[in-house]
Amino acid sequence: MSFDLKQGETIGIVGESGSGKSVTSTAILGLIPSPPGKIERGSILFEGKDLTKLSQAQMRKIRGNEISMIFQDPMTSLNPVFTVGNQIIEVIRLHQQLDKKAARQRAIEMLKLVGIPEPEKRLEQYPHEFSGGMRQRVMIAIALACNPKLLIADEPTTALDVTVQAQILDLMKKLQDDLQTSIIMITHDLGVVWESCQKVLVMYAGNTVEYATVEELYEKPLHPYTWGLLDSQIKSDTTGKLPSIPGNPPDLREDIAGCYFAPRCPYAKDKCFSEKPPLVEVAPNHLVACHFQTSDHRLERKGGSQA
Amino acid sequence: MSNHAQPLSPAPATLAPNAPKKKSKENSVWSRLLKNKLAMVGMVIIAIMVIFALFAPLIATHGPNDMDLANSLSEPGIDGHLLGTDNYGRDLFSRIVYGTRISLIVGIFAIGLGGMIGTLLGLLAGYYGGKWDAIIMRLMDGLFAFPFILLSISLMTVLGAGLFNVILAIGIANIPGFARIVRGQVLAVKEEEYIEVTRSLGANDSRIIFHHILPNCMAPIIVYATMHVAGAIISEAALSFLGLGVQPPTASWGSILKDGKDFLVLSPHMATFSGLAILLSVLGFNLFGDGLRDALDPKMKV
Repeated sequence: MSFDLKQGETIGIVGESGSGKSVTSTAILGLIPSPPGKIERGSILFEGKDLTKLSQAQMRKIRGNEISMIFQDPMTSLNPVFTVGNQIIEVIRLHQQLDKKAARQRAIEMLKLVGIPEPEKRLEQYPHEFSGGMRQRVMIAIALACNPKLLIADEPTTALDVTVQAQILDLMKKLQDDLQTSIIMITHDLGVVWESCQKVLVMYAGNTVEYATVEELYEKPLHPYTWGLLDSQIKSDTTGKLPSIPGNPPDLREDIAGCYFAPRCPYAKDKCFSEKPPLVEVAPNHLVACHFQTSDHRLERKGGSQA
Repeated sequence: MSNHAQPLSPAPATLAPNAPKKKSKENSVWSRLLKNKLAMVGMVIIAIMVIFALFAPLIATHGPNDMDLANSLSEPGIDGHLLGTDNYGRDLFSRIVYGTRISLIVGIFAIGLGGMIGTLLGLLAGYYGGKWDAIIMRLMDGLFAFPFILLSISLMTVLGAGLFNVILAIGIANIPGFARIVRGQVLAVKEEEYIEVTRSLGANDSRIIFHHILPNCMAPIIVYATMHVAGAIISEAALSFLGLGVQPPTASWGSILKDGKDFLVLSPHMATFSGLAILLSVLGFNLFGDGLRDALDPKMKV
């Protein structure tokens, strides 16, 4: 897979569970557990540096400082034995030469920035005294404390209820505008993508199946897998049973000759099982990997309303 | 299983700004501990021991080594000898008071030594896994294979008698227990998401191990240490009973017990009171340790 991101831009990576979204993000941070994991080939360029070639010590300087990450579950991603303030101050002092007082001041600013009332008091509290939405705000404060250039948000709203989701997304968008941070938004919720991203990349079984601007994908989704994802969203006119994509993602330990999605694809033909489709640009800013979705051939989408 | 101390009081996860101020975590552990009557009994016993040890010269009615051969083996209560005298006419109460010092010193320092080394080894084995884990834990299994007292005796035989060597021997014998319990904790804690978060924020290994994993392992370490101070006190008494521990004339509960066994029929008070001192102190540490475990995390099994 391949994608690029400019400053202040947001890219959405979508796909169902097990399609490799989170692995992509941990790879960028160089946090794939090794052994057994290994980056076989390819490169991750960040401001001209190839992150895959940096030493552990150099990576540590980048993590939390230039590239930060927000994790899925705010209930488990804060250390229960330290106060929230300590955890923010720690990351600030790790990367910036600030004394305790200045770091504390910065932590209070960060809490204020993410909309936590009474930051001086909240600073002294432990994570269990915070609600889920508040904890995610704290996580965002920690991630942004050193003004990173890139923020990886790994399903930042999945564990939160819907009203809090909206608040957190709004907050992230506002902070992005203020700080000019680029965001990689990992999610399986296309609604989140429509709302917050400029570009979107649909992943299936570790590969890109479709890559387009949000407008393009929203107007003209092309890959059958994207169609499946769209059909399985709850819409205002959804009645009866929610459609789903039958089956599960393939086991990548086995060699698969054809398209990874073919066994689950209602449009699959013989060719799909024997030959892997390349990712080609079928329209400006719209790449798709399907034998039957090319610039001069289109599939007729069955069922499901057009987004 | 989450072994870090989590308050069990019905603590609301959300806190309205004007909600009554909730007790901090330490307070709720404390309040649960204070409510536990048995733990309080244990704490009182430990407090008395500490007072005896600190103020031994003030509390003791006689010098611990002052002999009065004319009054040897006198019954308790006679001539101002609260618990009677031993076979050299030394005041038994004073000797037991001074013996508290030895027991506490050995108990605390031996567990401190074993706890520190064991915790360090457990952290390394648990965090790095693989080769480190295999080497460290097989060594620990090797130490564990010896019966505790046999290991202490053989170490004492090699090291020679004396207070420092007693601490060393009992400390070494306590390393594997700590290493195992800490390793188990580390294996659980290092998979927690907040550790991954810390790594994603650029912390290095030593910071993750000592600043993030260790504090999350403290509850079981504290409980295990408290309970094993009792074990160390028994070990010291056993070694002194066998003549391998603290050397005479220094008063130690084990050596008083040893002297007493020769006069068990004639004057049973020597063995009885020194034995009671051992029993009470062990009981005290065990009750307190039990209470501490329940207060920190009722689900925890040490």
